Amino acid sequence: MATTLPSVDVVTVGVGWTGGIVAAECSKAGLKVVGLERGQKRGTEDFLSIHDEYRYAIRYDLMQNLSKETVTFRNNRKMQALPMRQLGSFLLGEGLGGAGTHWNGMTFRFLPYDFQIKTMTDERYGANKLGPDYLLQDWALNYDQLEPYFDKFEKTLGISGDDKNPFAGKRSSAYPTPPMKMTPMLQQFEKATKNLKLSPYMVPSANISEVYKNPDGETINACQYCGFCERFGCEYGAKSSAEITVVPTALKTGNFDLRFNSNVVEILKQGNKATGVRYIDTVSGEEFIQPANIVVLTSYVFNNAKLLMVSNIGQPYDPTTGKGTLGRNYCYQILPGASGFFDEQYNTFMGAGSLGMSIDDYNGDNFDHSELDFIHGGNIALTQTGTRPISSNPTPPDTPTWGPEFKKQSIHYYTRSFGIGAQGASMPHKENYLSLDSNYKDAYGLPLIQLTYNFTDQDRALHKFISARAADIMKEMGAKTIVPNAEITDYNIVPYQTTHNTGGTVMSSTPDKGVVNNYLQHWDIENLFAISAGSFAHNSGYNPTGTLGALAYRCAEGVVKYSKSGGALV
Amino acid sequence: MSADNNVSRRDFLKTTGIAAGTLVGGGLIGGLVGYNINGKGTATIEHGNGTTSEAAGSPKAKMFFMNERDFKILSNATERIFPKDDLGPGAIDLDVPYFIDHQLAGQYGSNSKEYMQGPFGEGSPTQGYQSRLTRAEIFKQGIAKMETEAQSRFKKSFNDLEGKQMDEILTAFQKGDIQMSGVTSAFFFALLRAATLEGAYSDPLYGGNRNMEGWRMKGFPGHQMAYITMIEDPKFQKIEPNQLGNH
Repeated sequence: MATTLPSVDVVTVGVGWTGGIVAAECSKAGLKVVGLERGQKRGTEDFLSIHDEYRYAIRYDLMQNLSKETVTFRNNRKMQALPMRQLGSFLLGEGLGGAGTHWNGMTFRFLPYDFQIKTMTDERYGANKLGPDYLLQDWALNYDQLEPYFDKFEKTLGISGDDKNPFAGKRSSAYPTPPMKMTPMLQQFEKATKNLKLSPYMVPSANISEVYKNPDGETINACQYCGFCERFGCEYGAKSSAEITVVPTALKTGNFDLRFNSNVVEILKQGNKATGVRYIDTVSGEEFIQPANIVVLTSYVFNNAKLLMVSNIGQPYDPTTGKGTLGRNYCYQILPGASGFFDEQYNTFMGAGSLGMSIDDYNGDNFDHSELDFIHGGNIALTQTGTRPISSNPTPPDTPTWGPEFKKQSIHYYTRSFGIGAQGASMPHKENYLSLDSNYKDAYGLPLIQLTYNFTDQDRALHKFISARAADIMKEMGAKTIVPNAEITDYNIVPYQTTHNTGGTVMSSTPDKGVVNNYLQHWDIENLFAISAGSFAHNSGYNPTGTLGALAYRCAEGVVKYSKSGGALV
Repeated sequence: MSADNNVSRRDFLKTTGIAAGTLVGGGLIGGLVGYNINGKGTATIEHGNGTTSEAAGSPKAKMFFMNERDFKILSNATERIFPKDDLGPGAIDLDVPYFIDHQLAGQYGSNSKEYMQGPFGEGSPTQGYQSRLTRAEIFKQGIAKMETEAQSRFKKSFNDLEGKQMDEILTAFQKGDIQMSGVTSAFFFALLRAATLEGAYSDPLYGGNRNMEGWRMKGFPGHQMAYITMIEDPKFQKIEPNQLGNH
């Protein structure tokens, strides 16, 4: 039935940031690589009509077609999981570049604390600060070990930033390009946070400040501040993404065979080795087997976990016994913050995806948690990403949601309000995990992945504390009306929150705590690698892509190393 | 979100049908006459019934709704949600009803990029949309229910109601007080409200946001190539909007 193709050195499942990085590094090293992308080809030339809020931001034209595949969701094990029928809480990618095509481009490094969170938290606050239900664990690498890979990722992208964050881990070199432009809104934030004795710095940005040629010879153009990044592709080639950097780098070697409309449905194995993957050509419906010496899972969090589950690789996590690692430590992020309403008018519609100023004074363990009932925190930022008129209808409290007063207020405040938002870190909890759904299937007959997730007491306490800090800054900025974000109760999959899903295929120091080792190599199957934000043991108070990119370079190094030496790399 | 809507306390449009169809006032900003989608000058014709149409090269024809009554119910409802005022046109003058009609006839109406396989369970609100109905089906049912509700409350067609009476019915939908099949009335109202704003503020290529008046009211310049030369300027920038069709 399935046609078996000639064998190759490496096959990647998905071609976004992680697949692109693995493809570029392996093909440069002389390995023959096949990249299987379930979506279509796309790139800068396809984005000339991108300034279309309705098509791209409201109807999600660049994102996953849920009629083919989605996830099911429930808040807890007592509930019946039901399919996420429409996109909402997070926006899954599809097509070349993946979600990295429609990202904002904020490219932080997680804090040194993040990588040793268990050890450092226990040292400072004693064991069990959070209690036994939280599956806090150190990552399999510390910050210093990961630093060269952060550096490499930032140089590939040409990240624009300053070095003014006193809480950042040590850098081996400066940001490749200078920070983005300073706008009146950002200046106001800078002044207010300095008045409050906080330490503002420019958000590290992949919408870059000047034309840049990366070490692979790819050129990224200068950002024009058009205000259409998030949920859009860049018509200038000024937002670093896989399709303008690592993918062309891989293709230039002649060693990279990139196939579109190729949906992988199974990792094939014999004994304790992977032998390749089975995939469906979604156009012709034909089935293929792509044999490979090394299989690398480079799709999003959910699909990496799902492919391992449907291929019966690894032991699924069981929340009753605490046994099993696959699906464990699913984390998300929470979004504390405050909205401010002003008399002055701002150019809120101008911007760039990662144009912003932020502080880390309330992130990680940069402040004392002795008297607090939570750990970690979040990066608090004022970003000017370009507000758009359909989705931005800000009104002061007690304004009706429709009718004359709504119209008047939402138009008035469209250019007279903005938010200060934080990305609240998310700690793993024993009841938050991924598994396979037993009722719902995708277009290829495979079970959907099931998400069991709710906010925790840690989340609620963090959210309340950080929202109050955001409100303090807003007050110092002189807002006329300040509205802290409402306290969180249960996680709701409907409103958009963030596409920063993590965990499920965690990287760990020992096989009992995760799915892959510190080269992202599978603990049970040595020629199988899995890299996504699923590798994160918890989620920090930052955008994840910087850390994800660093891990992808680490993974690529592991794949090349394995192709020469074989065996377990750790 | 405020569950209660105080629009019913404001008798904004005295006679909705007439006021909504009148171009005086709203036309002061930008002007509606002369709007054209194909480069040819076209004239606006008022029907005096809350709708207008173009004489030539017009996008104003229905792809989804089959009769005038239903289309007018939709039109009046969107106008109550986003009314004409001294800032500029309301939903009707922005062609929002045509935008919604066109959307319902396509991918949006058939939910073709969404997971629509059963089994269908009611679920908890945190699990989101779980209806077997498409948006097209929900709108059809919702509009019919608005008419039924008008008849049972006021013994009149929805289209003959006073603005305040329309608001009373819309508020009942918003609160989930109206019995619908396969979906709550609150969900239908949320969909109607969202579609109204989408029609007011999407690029005119979709048939709403007529002559970019929605953007002009809001101070959104639409499709602009770059703000790099002005983003550092402390002054607010008033920029004449541009649409994708002028690319």
